[in-house]
Amino acid sequence: MKQEKKSLAQRFAKVAGVALALFMSAQSVSAAEPVKVGFVYVGPTGDAGWTYSHDNARKYVEEQLGDKVKTTYVESVAEGADAERVIRQLAKSGNDLIFTTSFGYMNPTLKVAKQFPKVKFEHASGYKRAKNVGTYFDRIYEGRYLTGVIAGKMTKSNIIGYVGSFPIPEVVRGIDAFTQGLRSVNPKAVVKVVWVSSWYDPAKEREAAETLILQGADIINQHTDSPGPIQAAQAKGVYAFGYHSDMSLYGKDAHLTAATHNWGPVYLEKVKSVMDGSWASTDFWGGLASGATALAPLNSAIPEDVVKLVEERKQAIIDGKLHPFQGPVKDQSGAIKVPAGEVMSDKDLLSLNWYVEGVEGELPK
Amino acid sequence: MDYDLIVNILYATVRTGTPLILVALGELVCEKSGVLNLGQEGMMLMGAVIGFIAALETGNLWLGVTFAMAAGLMMSLLFGFIALNLSANQVATGLALTIFGTGLSAFVGSDYVGTPLVGVEPWHIPLLSDIPFVGRILFSHDPLVYLSFGLFVGVYLFLNRSHAGLALKAVGESPESAKATGLPVFRIRYLAVMFGGAMAGLAGAYLSLAYTPLWAENMTAGRGWIALALVVFASWKAERVLLGAYLFGAFSIMHLVAQGLGFSVSPNLLAIMPYLATIVVLVMLSSDKARVKLYAPVSLGKPFHPVD
Repeated sequence: MKQEKKSLAQRFAKVAGVALALFMSAQSVSAAEPVKVGFVYVGPTGDAGWTYSHDNARKYVEEQLGDKVKTTYVESVAEGADAERVIRQLAKSGNDLIFTTSFGYMNPTLKVAKQFPKVKFEHASGYKRAKNVGTYFDRIYEGRYLTGVIAGKMTKSNIIGYVGSFPIPEVVRGIDAFTQGLRSVNPKAVVKVVWVSSWYDPAKEREAAETLILQGADIINQHTDSPGPIQAAQAKGVYAFGYHSDMSLYGKDAHLTAATHNWGPVYLEKVKSVMDGSWASTDFWGGLASGATALAPLNSAIPEDVVKLVEERKQAIIDGKLHPFQGPVKDQSGAIKVPAGEVMSDKDLLSLNWYVEGVEGELPK
Repeated sequence: MDYDLIVNILYATVRTGTPLILVALGELVCEKSGVLNLGQEGMMLMGAVIGFIAALETGNLWLGVTFAMAAGLMMSLLFGFIALNLSANQVATGLALTIFGTGLSAFVGSDYVGTPLVGVEPWHIPLLSDIPFVGRILFSHDPLVYLSFGLFVGVYLFLNRSHAGLALKAVGESPESAKATGLPVFRIRYLAVMFGGAMAGLAGAYLSLAYTPLWAENMTAGRGWIALALVVFASWKAERVLLGAYLFGAFSIMHLVAQGLGFSVSPNLLAIMPYLATIVVLVMLSSDKARVKLYAPVSLGKPFHPVD
């Protein structure tokens, strides 16, 4: 067979054609190809906290779906211009679904979503949605209510210390839910809150916890991100609750349990809905019932009857028979804010800016 | 307030002030030589991460501390090369060093985030720690706190009572005259920069090995910047650096204690109190602006081009 001599231009055209074909095939997702899912994280995956909980869910999705899914993640993405660039990059490189997992990604997500109408986006903890942007969050306050029940049974001094970050509704809701759980089993117990004005400053969080211990607290809860408070509790020989994920590594005697995010089932559901084409922009806010909120393993120091009680309360919340904010809910002055037989609405929960009875001190404005 | 509470506040004050003292003493010596290094935060972070990794991998906390100081020192050499050898703008170089150190420490430590470590334990000094009141406040800390006491005394004596300290100050005031009298300006500045780096590394190690034994990105949380401000407001005097650092610590603790006692002040207002109080007190100490200016090393931040 005689080989045809090709001109340089012809060769170039052929190479370009192959490249184009490859490019096109990479762009189109056929049924046989895995669904591509991207994740944008605000912290490093090993932070034992927020980002760690999201990355665990990514791994869970991979485990469950195997070859049918291909995930990519970008960690430690600052909530600013960087975020938009990263999200756009993930959209450009053919991801079908992108999870943006921090509040500050809200506007960048919406901006990129507008430019990529075929890509689906899920934004954690935000309130702005679009046709291809859904939002999701978990009802961590249900977990906090259960930790309150444990605290109420375990405290001897009847003073619980709470290390808070900033007095915003999400944090206040956690404090109130915890106190509701606490007072439901121990009406004498009170909660002292110290705000550190930071989400992440291990040294300051530790000092705050020690200050609370000094002022009589024998159990510490936290709504900050580092294990600093657990370390303080361990050093001082008192109990503490972790947050975000199991923090028992930092104080195995102190760590009673932790209210944790368990995004795995949520993410699996979302990915599956993209695969079968049923995805729609929704606002998901699930708690214990959906599995999105969970408790870390309980410390063996917790007596069996308390473990049983926690299990019962947990089941009651899952069954919808118990709500952390079911009436009568009283504020600090004793005035009834939610009458008996009623349950606080999601709208009120999302804008909660007052302390329930049992929290000491005034809520800073 | 009861006795125990006061003792504990003062105890926590010493602990909170310690990282600030370490990094600020280093910067003080550096600035006294006429070099302004704004890379404290970056050097601290590198010290924190390298110290943590070394301690974890070798199982030896003191090796960790040594590595942390070496890491800070290496970072300062980088600064020295650019700012002193190449005579680059010191402010820009220092800022770049902070950005670089922040990024590099996050990169180096990414596999170690969240790993637990048994940190440096408190060591109650026999006899001294039994002294009522003072013993608990000053002598029941971890060894790095004692080291900070020693380093303060050392720096104080060096600056105020030694020939070498005099030479350093001469270089900071007028490198030209210092050179004319035969002082090795370049070498003295290099050594001062290196000392600053090692101290920043040590301050980082204090955070990641003693205060909260863990590594987390950006765990210095701005303490390098606070230390820089302290040096200025302390009008370049070692004893005022010490005082300022403890004042800052005291107000940080008071901010937390006050809330626990039920004072309903805005936490944001309380959070800026330490900064405000430190500035006010140190400004009062330095009485007037002209004197602050007077105390600042005359050639601070100016590159020196020796005429050979």
